[in-house]
Amino acid sequence: MKQKTFVDDINRELYDFRYEEKDYFRVRSGLDRAVVEEISSEKNDPQWMHDFRLRSLEIYNRMPVQNWGPSIDGLDMDNIVTYVRPNTGMSAKWSDVPDEIKETFEKLGIPKAERQSLAGVGAQYDSELVYHNVRKEVEEQGVIYTDLESALHGPYQEMIRDHFMKLVPPTDHKFAALHGAVWSGGSFVYVPAGVKVEIPLQSYFRLNAKGAGQFEHTLIIVDEGADLHFIEGCSAPKYNVANLHAGCVELYVRKNAKLRYSTIENWSKNMYNLNTKRALVAEGGSMEWVSGSFGSHVSCLYPMTILEGEEASMNFTGITFAGEGQDLDTGVKVVHNAPHTTSSIGTRSISKSGGVSTFRSSVQITARAKKARASVSCQSLMLDEISRSDTIPSMDIRTGDADIGHEARIGRISDEAVYYLRSRGLSEEDARAMIVTGFCESVSRELPLEYAVEMNNLIRLEMKGSIG
Amino acid sequence: MNETLLKISGLKADADGKEILHGIDLEIGPGEVHVLMGPNGAGKSTLGNALMGHPSYEITGGRILFGGKDITDESVEMRARDGLFLSFQSPVEIPGVTVADLIRTAAEALTGKRIFLADFRKRLYEKMDFLRMEREWAQREVNVGFSGGERKKAEILQLLMLEPSLAILDETDSGLDVDAVRTVSAGVEAFCSDGKKSLLIITHSARILEELKVDKTHVLVDGKIVDEGDAGLAASIIQDGFTRYEKA
Ligand SMILES: Nc1ncnc2c1ncn2[C@@H]1O[C@H](COP(=O)(O)OP(=O)(O)OP(=O)(O)O)[C@@H](O)[C@H]1O
Ligand SMILES: [Mg+2]
Repeated sequence: MKQKTFVDDINRELYDFRYEEKDYFRVRSGLDRAVVEEISSEKNDPQWMHDFRLRSLEIYNRMPVQNWGPSIDGLDMDNIVTYVRPNTGMSAKWSDVPDEIKETFEKLGIPKAERQSLAGVGAQYDSELVYHNVRKEVEEQGVIYTDLESALHGPYQEMIRDHFMKLVPPTDHKFAALHGAVWSGGSFVYVPAGVKVEIPLQSYFRLNAKGAGQFEHTLIIVDEGADLHFIEGCSAPKYNVANLHAGCVELYVRKNAKLRYSTIENWSKNMYNLNTKRALVAEGGSMEWVSGSFGSHVSCLYPMTILEGEEASMNFTGITFAGEGQDLDTGVKVVHNAPHTTSSIGTRSISKSGGVSTFRSSVQITARAKKARASVSCQSLMLDEISRSDTIPSMDIRTGDADIGHEARIGRISDEAVYYLRSRGLSEEDARAMIVTGFCESVSRELPLEYAVEMNNLIRLEMKGSIG
Repeated sequence: MNETLLKISGLKADADGKEILHGIDLEIGPGEVHVLMGPNGAGKSTLGNALMGHPSYEITGGRILFGGKDITDESVEMRARDGLFLSFQSPVEIPGVTVADLIRTAAEALTGKRIFLADFRKRLYEKMDFLRMEREWAQREVNVGFSGGERKKAEILQLLMLEPSLAILDETDSGLDVDAVRTVSAGVEAFCSDGKKSLLIITHSARILEELKVDKTHVLVDGKIVDEGDAGLAASIIQDGFTRYEKA
């Protein structure tokens, strides 16, 4: 029978295709000093970065794995390749990117999206950025958008040295230490004071190599009064060997600046996604997170915002979708550390076919943060009896005048709503998908159009075969 | 016009193991307007839902033929694609889905064809203007925060957009203010103005019938059709009620 959809039909192949690695440079699997040294010399690190990697490795070796959250026993570091470099340099011209890599991104719609609505694009394939391009007018505004490696050797090296892994130190947790030791690729963005970047910058990460880890580092500094929207997309094909993603994102939002950071992560179902994201917001600054987490076998993702200056604000809109065999442990942390700071968290989570979705919210209001306001609202939808959805709120409030709201709701798809839509001609599957898409609307409406469409596609994909 | 569009024979339906419809016979021809009346709890909505295929109602006897095809065991969506439409007595909320989205998706599902946004919008706005609905309405979430009357208008908007061959209107006129009844009646009239579309109108009042040519009235009491007649029967019931059908 013909499929009827309200967004384009898709199939998993769109994300699952993969290419052979031809003549790629790979370090051997496992992790020791020699591997880290090899990565460092391969990348031509400055001395301080070389030393930083080795210090991080030491921390990694002596730190225990976290004792809470989902089990990561299936992840055997001895089998993870920490560095895979495709056989190409970085290019600013799309035509120079090797064919199979170009095809990968074209299937994912990357250059098309750039032509349409982006100010700049970076595309990372395995461990290295393979393409980077910024619109001239954005460049002329003084905006820096480049891969972190080049930036380490350019005029911004001091700025990077002052900020790199300062918000997320290697001591933060074991995988932050790992990241410090083997990080590769990612982006550096600097928006000078007062500059408003009208159209979003985007970077796309594609992990193609089998049994590899991806450890990209994103460092963004939005200077005083400036304004930026940064979009990050991630995907990987499915292999029967565990892959690891332990990226790190550090965001600095200066006085009265504004940063919106949107992510759609769509990992293969064997991925361990242990990503760390953190933002520091100065006086009057505003940080907005939009986050969609799909795929992965296990995710631990808790973007954190520190509201350091008076009247700084943070808004988080997020969604997670946990299907069969998935344990998605996500959350949001916010620290109010100045008066009149505000935060608002609104999340949706969906679980089906035995998927587990856990949402942790942590709101901390220090004694300095007079008249802080925080609201947390989590809604979950369980699509069947065997799936799980938990919300674990935590609040630590050290003032007497904080204005706090918290709401958590867990629900199921209403049979009457499914009947209603079927009576209008939708198949049961389409009816359920439409209800779930509607449930996620508060998130998709925050995304740029192509991403909202992609998210709805992913929901449809996850909903396929979800009936009896 | 001799062929029948809908032919129900000996229809029995259970809910929760209890029989609610005890053998219904009813026929509707193309272009005909039928009225179904009956006291509260008689089984009118149950009949509408049984025709639409609501999974909570189990058909324990009888057949439903629609356009000559036996649809007794057909899925809800197939019946809709066959041309059946139910305007709900209490339409449900679909959070996050806009009225426009719902109707466009439904129209595509019903026809199996892709509908271009520009064409769709033009038609939608025409119908909305006709029903005196603000255009912003198209972007509201289906039935979320709608008043009772607004929900009914949204049902009629769907009716006009989806153009089924038979529409069951389950108390679409109740809870409407005077102006809204007039608008909804005009909508229903427009729906069947080509003389090919059929209606089964469940109602307790005369106003929605005023502008329509009623072909037949059926009276349902305690899950059975107890009386049938022409437009005059509907009028006299609205006047005198159902006391005449009370068991002695
Ligand atoms: N899903 C159900 N489960 C159990 N009983 C039901 C169900 N649906 C309907 N009934 C019962 O069947 C009877 C008929 O209900 P129905 O809603 O069809 O009446 P109605 O004629 O439409 O009444 P009204 O004029 O009040 O709308 C009622 O006694 C009702 O309680
Ligand atoms: Mg009723």
